[in-house]
Formats: sequence, C-alpha cells, structure tokens
Amino acid sequence: MAKIKYIEHSGKEHVVEVQNGLTVMEGAVQNDIPGIDADCGGSMSCATCHVYVKEDWYDKLPKKDMGEDDMLDQAYEPKTNSRLSCQIMISDDLDGLSVFMPEKQI
Amino acid sequence: MIKTDVVIVGAGPTGLFCAHQLGIIGLKCEIVDNLDKIGGQCIELYPDKPIYDIPAVPECTGEELTKNLLEQIKPFNFKFHLNDRVQELKNENDNWIVKTTNGKEFHAPNVVIAGGVGSFEPRKFPTKSAEKFDGTSVLYSIKDKSIFKNKSVAIFGGGDSALDWAIELSNTSKVSLIHRRDEFRGAPVSVKKIKELSEKKIINLFTKYSIKDVKGNGSLEEIEIKNEDGESKIIKADYVLGFFGLIMQLGPIAEWGLNLDKKTIPVNTENFETNKKGIFAIGDICTYPGKLKLILSGFHEGALAARGCFKYARPNEKYRFEFTTASNTIKDRLGLK
Repeated sequence: MAKIKYIEHSGKEHVVEVQNGLTVMEGAVQNDIPGIDADCGGSMSCATCHVYVKEDWYDKLPKKDMGEDDMLDQAYEPKTNSRLSCQIMISDDLDGLSVFMPEKQI
Repeated sequence: MIKTDVVIVGAGPTGLFCAHQLGIIGLKCEIVDNLDKIGGQCIELYPDKPIYDIPAVPECTGEELTKNLLEQIKPFNFKFHLNDRVQELKNENDNWIVKTTNGKEFHAPNVVIAGGVGSFEPRKFPTKSAEKFDGTSVLYSIKDKSIFKNKSVAIFGGGDSALDWAIELSNTSKVSLIHRRDEFRGAPVSVKKIKELSEKKIINLFTKYSIKDVKGNGSLEEIEIKNEDGESKIIKADYVLGFFGLIMQLGPIAEWGLNLDKKTIPVNTENFETNKKGIFAIGDICTYPGKLKLILSGFHEGALAARGCFKYARPNEKYRFEFTTASNTIKDRLGLK
C-alpha cells in the first residue's frame, strides 16, 4: 500500500492509498481522478496516462522498460521527468510519491 | 446511396466478428473505418504483440487475429469503406441515413458502433501558433511530395515515418529533423542513414529539441525550437511536418445524440442497443455494469447486437436460432456444399 499524490495541471491535489500491484494509472482511474485517460487500458500502446514525476522521486522509481520512451515521444509535451503512469507499479517503497498531470493527454 | 441492413462503424475485431454474426443470420452489412487498413487497435497499436486470451487460441498476434477474422467473414463478401469516417447520422422513417467524410451515404435500419476508443487521428503540435497553418504548411501526413521540392522542410519525430520522410525528402529539399531525445525508435538502418546524412551536412539534425513557436505572415517563414534548458533556435522553414503517431478521438460520435458516460456509450446487455432505436454499440466503446474491455467480450456483444439488428432489418420475419453445425441454411450462407 502506498499513498500517492496526484496533482492536476490546475494544481488541485488528490491523495489516495493505492494497493501494491496496481499501477499509478489504475490508482487514478479507479478513484475517478481526472487528468489520466489511459485509452489503451495500460498496454503501453498509447501515451494518454502521461505524468511528470517529481525529480527526487524519478530516480527512485524502477527504470523504464523498453518501449516506454518510444510511446512518450508521442505524449503531450514530454520532459526528462516524464513517465507513463501505467508502467509504474505500486509497492510500499512508493509511499509518498507525487505525480503531476500534464495540461492534456493528447 | 447504398442500402443495406447494417452499417458497422469500425473494422476492429469486434466489428469484424459482428459482421460474421450478421452474415450467419442472413443480414447484409457495410463496414466503415477511418484507418487505411482493417483490424483497428490490433493492427494500429499492437500488430506484433502476442494476445493470450482469445478463447481456444493460446497465442496470436493482432495481425494474425485480424487475418483469421477476415478469413472467417470472406464467404459473405461484405464491403469495407476504409480511409473514411462516419460523420453524420440522421433518422428518417425508422431508417438511419449515414453520411461519411468522403461523401458516401448509406441507408440502413441499423448502425452498429464498434468504434473502440474512437477514430485514429494524427497527434498534432501542442503550439497554438501551429493551428493557423494546419493543412497548408503544417502537415501530419504527405499526399503529394512534389510540393516540398527545393523548399525548407522541418520534420519532427523519432519514428519510422519521420526518419523515412527525412531521408526521402533530403534528395530534393533542405531538411531539418528535430526530435526530443537522442534515441530514435525508427529502424536501425534508417537511424544510421540519418546520422550519415547529418555528418555530411545534408540534413540538419537537432536532438533534445521540441517545437516552441511557428512564425510567418500569411505563409510560414520560420520556426522556433527549444531544448529542456530553455535555449532556443530559429530555423527557416516553408513546411513543418509532425509525425507523432496517432491518437484515438471520439470525434463525431459525440454529436449523434447518444447517451455518453465519459468516452463510452451506455447500452443494455440484452442486445447492446443504445438510447437510440437501431443504434447499437459493442466492444471497447460500450459500457454496462461489469463491462470488461476484452476482445472476447466484444465478440459476445457483437453476436447479440446482430440478433438485435434482425428485428429492424426483417420486421416481418421471426428470428430463428440455429447452430452452424446443424443448419443447412447457414451452410449455404457460408458457401459450403
């Protein structure tokens, strides 16, 4: 279980507890948090669950899998701290993680 | 104008299997899809990725699944209308008049929306200023490459489309290739070629840059690109090409007067009809309590929607349930002797 903070582009914050084994994307979708679309349902086939991860957390996360950067190329305004939230698996280690949603998901 | 029993919107696996079920019960259909190929997400998003949860098929790729579904509906000779998008639905005397972007018109008592998460559209530049040149000098696909001859062309993207066009156009145009990182996802042989062309100064390569602004009075003159440190550069450009892949958008479906729940269409689970009589929704685009976004659920939904269509297509006949193993009528329809 980890407390995840989702921060909308407007600055509005949502803090929810997400079960281990779910992804950061699923944590948002299951709690009706706006700003993460996840059109492809988590198969790393679109780029509509794009989030920015706070710098201090970015290095602590498990590394990107092959293909994630390829999809991020297609995201809206990707930056060096961009991730696909469907690829970040929740574990106790992620307690306190903050993710920022981009202005839009297209 | 084409008269038919059912218009299917979307040629993904769900639409294809629904067509099969319509053929089995003796109805005709026409299938429209915005993509230039059949298969929907299976072909566009993951043609090579294995799928493990198609009943009785331990493993197959999106491409194989599509090929087999096409094989299965071959006996019915249904017509596909690719590269076209259903734009408008209008009801007239219990018939739906379906108009497409390419100006086709269908008349049918039933429409089955098997549209996935919407139609695939090119992802566009985030910059507002790019909008006013959209379709003239800011382009997301190439129809006629001769327009670029002896012009300055700025190409954005790191996939095969961007690399292939950069290589191709470098023969006759002044090409700049801009990509947001050092690595490219295009084929290694193309990446190698791009690096060679860049070393020979035939192509201007800018990595770790993205678009900042598009400038010009009337016609496009130059673009500004920026890197993560905020440094920017000005590049002269007559044309800007963006190859950022495709995004799924609900598009005109949102304007057909259907009840919507986020990006999905609520249906009943008896025949998958929407709030409009004769309009059905199946596959990823429909929602109901317990909905699973699985291909196998789409098959089930398509089978029931097909029976729902029968009622409006043959109002004076009674639908009779038959097994394909036992029915001679079905065997005739399948062209079996």
